[in-house]
Amino acid sequence: MKLDLDFSVLARGDYPQWIVQGVITMLELTALAWLLAAVLGTVLALLRMTDSRLCKMAVAAYVEYHQNVPMLVQIFLWYFGIPSLLPESVQMWANAVGGEFMFAVIAVGLCMAAYLSEDLRGGLRAIPRAQYEASRALGLSYLNAARLVILPQAARIALPTMVNHTVLIFKNTSLAMAIGVAELTYVTREIESQSFRTIEVYLLSTVIYLAVSLLIMAGGAALEQRYRIRTR
Amino acid sequence: MSDIFSILRDHGLLLLVGQYPNGPIGGLALTFALSVLGIALAFPISVVIALARMSPFAWLRWPATTLVYLVRGVPLLMFIFWIYFFLPLLTGHAVSGFSTMLITLVIYQAAYLAEVVRAGIEGLPSGQAEAARAVGLSYGQTMRKVVLPQALYNMVPAMLSQFVSTIKETSLGYVIGVNELTFAASQVNSTLLTKPFEVYAILAATYFILCFALTQLARELERRIARRRAGVVAPVKPALIVASAVSDTPARS
Repeated sequence: MKLDLDFSVLARGDYPQWIVQGVITMLELTALAWLLAAVLGTVLALLRMTDSRLCKMAVAAYVEYHQNVPMLVQIFLWYFGIPSLLPESVQMWANAVGGEFMFAVIAVGLCMAAYLSEDLRGGLRAIPRAQYEASRALGLSYLNAARLVILPQAARIALPTMVNHTVLIFKNTSLAMAIGVAELTYVTREIESQSFRTIEVYLLSTVIYLAVSLLIMAGGAALEQRYRIRTR
Repeated sequence: MSDIFSILRDHGLLLLVGQYPNGPIGGLALTFALSVLGIALAFPISVVIALARMSPFAWLRWPATTLVYLVRGVPLLMFIFWIYFFLPLLTGHAVSGFSTMLITLVIYQAAYLAEVVRAGIEGLPSGQAEAARAVGLSYGQTMRKVVLPQALYNMVPAMLSQFVSTIKETSLGYVIGVNELTFAASQVNSTLLTKPFEVYAILAATYFILCFALTQLARELERRIARRRAGVVAPVKPALIVASAVSDTPARS
């Protein structure tokens, strides 16, 4: 195999702009999906802590569905399946405003909410019940007890797995290329098929993916360090 | 609902085995073949990577650690494209989509499984290895006869979860045209054109039944193993281990 790499190809024409745009789309997807997953995941974890059997079963069903179906299939179901159930005017609107990005955010966000809620639940279960009772005895409402006492401690315990799953959200945004979202993997394929400089393009995007992933992992490690419970 | 049944009646066989016996095998059968082969081939490699990760020699530790971080940090889709483009360049032959997908899965899962195996080995009390060495076993014997049998036994549920991940990952074969379940379903969808929700709901349900059953099996095994360990291996602190074994009932509800 002969290797003659020519990275200057990547600076030609519109390619730099494409790549930058692809990276921006990728990061937007990650940020929005993470936000959706974090908010919904917290709600689901809290719902599962309530005494209602119905709530618990509904959350369990939600989690099992999203953890046992491939994310690509979930994306397809949202992108191809759900719009066909909606009225035509909504479909037209979704197509006009670029539905694929929106559906990718929804699919990835809803799926990862299941994972994040399980992380948080693991953290919540590790907090002794007395903590909750003590904060209620001090006069905090249920919500305040959760917000000020329980969740901060649970989040600290759940942090390592939550960081892993954040990396997973980031990596899985690449699946959005399958429904035509112009994120980094999609752009990489486009440039490759135009320029035929396979190694150069794929090397660049692989390095970008790896760099962002390592950055998230390092950020997580820094957070862990910062919020570690100090003992003497 | 009747739509779903008529789709299953007309295209169920295609989803199950692809064009077989009139053509190549595909559908769910191919998904299953890919994931079983993938995890089976990845397993021995993962043990080697795990041992290399814990090796005192830097020249063994470094490549293994690099591979693990590479796999953790780069999307599976990127790996598929690398293998897709580079295997033909390296070998000079065309490589089938099946082989591309299988090789990718083996590399990817080997790295993830290696972390599982490492956790299993590090989770054993260090006295096990020390005692084995003190009795006069070599490093190889210690690993083969004392450490690995125990560690791997404890890791069976985690490996089963990894198998579920592999099944889910085979769906990415769709992107390079491997005729597995997701690809077969998308073909059915493009023949029907008007029933995308029904087709993809069938697809999701199929994966769900398969993966959920395996996940439940993994949980049951985990419970049994925890019970056995509580009884046999560590009689000193059974209360703690039993508590974690039955912790499926939330501690605070």
